[in-house]
Amino acid sequence: MVVELGHYALILALMLAAAQAFFGLAGPALKRERWLAVVPSAACGQFVFVALAVGVLVHAFVNNDFSVRYVAETSNSVLPLFYRVTALWGAHEGSMLLWILVLSLWTMALVANMRHLPPSFAARALGVLGIISCCFLLFTLATSNPFVRLIPAAPDGNDLNPVLQDPAFAVHPPILYMGYVGFSVSFALACAAMIEGRRDQLWAHWMRPWTVMAWAFLACGIALGSWWAYYELGWGGFWFWDPVENASFMPWLVGTALIHSLAVTDKRGLFKSWTLLLAVTAFSLSLLGTFLVRSGVLVSVHSFAADPSRGIFILVLLVLMIGGALGLYAWRAPLMKSAAGFDFLSRESFLLFNNILLTIAAAVVFGGTLAPLIADTLGLGTLSVGPPYFNPSFLVPILPMLSLVALGMHARWRRGRLGEARRPLLLALGVSLVLALALSLGVYGHPFKLTPVGATVGFWIILSALIDPVDRLRRRLSLPASVAGMSIAHIGLGIFVLGITFVQSNTIERDIALKPGESAPVGAYRFRYDGGQDIVGPNYEGFRGKVSITRNGEPVSVLYPEKRRYWVQGTVQTTAAIAPAFNRDLLAALGEDVGAGAWSLRLQYRPLIRFVWVGALIMAIGGVTAVVGRRQRGLVASGVALPLATTAPGGIREQGGAP
Amino acid sequence: MNRFVLPLAAFVLLLVVLLVGLKRAPDKNNLPSPLIGKPVPQFTLPNLFDTTQPLSSEALKGHWSLVNVWGTWCVECRAEHAALLQIKQEARVPIIGIDWKDQDEDALTWLAQLGNPYERVGTDHEGRVAIDWGVYGAPESFLINPSGTVVYKHIGAMTSQVWQREFLPRVSATIGKPVMPGVPASAPAAAGPGA
Repeated sequence: MVVELGHYALILALMLAAAQAFFGLAGPALKRERWLAVVPSAACGQFVFVALAVGVLVHAFVNNDFSVRYVAETSNSVLPLFYRVTALWGAHEGSMLLWILVLSLWTMALVANMRHLPPSFAARALGVLGIISCCFLLFTLATSNPFVRLIPAAPDGNDLNPVLQDPAFAVHPPILYMGYVGFSVSFALACAAMIEGRRDQLWAHWMRPWTVMAWAFLACGIALGSWWAYYELGWGGFWFWDPVENASFMPWLVGTALIHSLAVTDKRGLFKSWTLLLAVTAFSLSLLGTFLVRSGVLVSVHSFAADPSRGIFILVLLVLMIGGALGLYAWRAPLMKSAAGFDFLSRESFLLFNNILLTIAAAVVFGGTLAPLIADTLGLGTLSVGPPYFNPSFLVPILPMLSLVALGMHARWRRGRLGEARRPLLLALGVSLVLALALSLGVYGHPFKLTPVGATVGFWIILSALIDPVDRLRRRLSLPASVAGMSIAHIGLGIFVLGITFVQSNTIERDIALKPGESAPVGAYRFRYDGGQDIVGPNYEGFRGKVSITRNGEPVSVLYPEKRRYWVQGTVQTTAAIAPAFNRDLLAALGEDVGAGAWSLRLQYRPLIRFVWVGALIMAIGGVTAVVGRRQRGLVASGVALPLATTAPGGIREQGGAP
Repeated sequence: MNRFVLPLAAFVLLLVVLLVGLKRAPDKNNLPSPLIGKPVPQFTLPNLFDTTQPLSSEALKGHWSLVNVWGTWCVECRAEHAALLQIKQEARVPIIGIDWKDQDEDALTWLAQLGNPYERVGTDHEGRVAIDWGVYGAPESFLINPSGTVVYKHIGAMTSQVWQREFLPRVSATIGKPVMPGVPASAPAAAGPGA
């Protein structure tokens, strides 16, 4: 009975989403003031009913109600309570519900902040969000209803996939969804601006904090996913260029471009149509990702149970949402003329390069992800694209982009002079070069030619991001949140670059069979296998090995890698053991029992791998700092007080927004 | 045409690719199993009903058979069980079960409660044989011809529609009459993937 209430709540949410869409768009169009007032109420109501539906499903999971098909398929009575709750998003139907919940959370956030926006503009943006919500609710109810009963009820459930029985799974999907669903707000604001045909650039000012927040969540979500894959899958890798990873990475790259292009549009009134296109594209890529993951057109380790009938449904929704927005763009963007110019080496130029290069990078990932599909379409047979394509091709646009970061941060608006920043920048470059050579040749020592280059770029970004804050501190000036945020984010980027550079160049991997007491060297470390014992967990049994690590005879760490067999699905799961440290990770994973007490072991040394995730996290912190600081200074309160730079003086070399 | 239409045009192009991809997605799922047209993978498994008589791939030779991979832990297997019982009643082709990653007691209880459609059941506790057969998830069903060649593979629950539409025609096409175990069928593998 309770389950049917959840189903019913979801239907009510659909009705309210439809009301939100209709009144939000028709109200301003027909100039009905009273219709506008309905919109936020409908949005709130929708949130309440979506939350209710989620609550009902959680209730069914907690109480092991195996008469619900979705619960029977993704949970089990011996599954610990914690995972019974997170099993909610353990498969397709429930994760759609999570998608919808996250969308309505973002909608609520917009409602809470809509007093800063003109009423009709806010209503239109909410109307667009209402359409998106309608689409997804309709899709869920029609093709992926998590409330469907299983008659007769199963005596017990099929259990949650053991890979998903991990604490990281409790936070990874929600945060990731917060990220890529968050771009829906930028998308909605862009659509609202286009519907209104606004000629000013206030919309860019309004859009900035939303974009940065979504981008920060997405960075955290991707980093978490990568960290989880690293320790849970037990392969020791942290990025596989899997279609689903790419599906979250492409919106992030475009979102990064969008943040920078928004800065130009907001400050200088340039790149307007380009910025709108990026805002539409970022969310479109999120939607496309949803399609790719759930329709079964691409094969991925993450794939949900694929169902082509769902695929056609999502495709229709894509046509409606993306096609609609791009149609709007084709119609309205020509109105958005930008009439200001800038010099070749001004900040605008650098941000333009940033945008072009990031877009190319996103296109490289896009091409690689869809290549199997395109090859199939053209009848070229099956094709699989992996790291050998992605790694080098991605570097082509990204390395120049990263090299320009330091300069771009210090370039002036409009004028092509570095001015007083030139000396510290060159100094920073010199220091970076020395540090990079010392680290790559001295400490790690490796023949790759790109290692010192990557290291130099990483250090240079970090040091040049520090120039401004240090200078302000020395002169006892206050540090505005926007500057602090930007510096922090770029420092995070530099740390990330350093991490990637050294992990890629200096990782050591060994796969070797060891008997108890035998040992093997991995770089400067020696791993000794000390045997192991059988173990029994709440819903699995397995074997736990013991590996002692020494360096120059000194004990460093003891690792306990496990191999588990989960009873219900019979799945065997390798849990790698990792000794983390600031500057390196040591990893041991169990392979197979090769008999006579010996096990095949995978042993790894990965320098600076923590920098990869910490760097991503710091980038996100930088974004949040900028947004929170901006709110506190009340700048977000009214864009009206902002200087409008539409008729800014300067050169007239550039006409029109899109590069 | 202005340049602002280009994104829309690109999107339309993308849609075409996605649509074609979607049309082919079912083939990708019901994967062109590399086994089709090849002899069945060799195996020997403990017999669920009689541990002294192991079930080996030799048992699949000399007559048509339907190999069904299942487990008591599998929700879809419960759903397909009735269809398997019905196929058994028609008695055209014996069903050989591979009980995948399961406990023998559970499997015996399940068959006692729901009825037994299987001629014989091999128990693949570790899932090694299923790997050789390229099994992704239960249930999966394979059609094997008398020379021991895999003719067709179905992923997901067996239904009487699937049986009528995909399996039966392949069997009838070569022999045209019911085949019982032990009756050697002379026709070779004419109903391979090319058919």
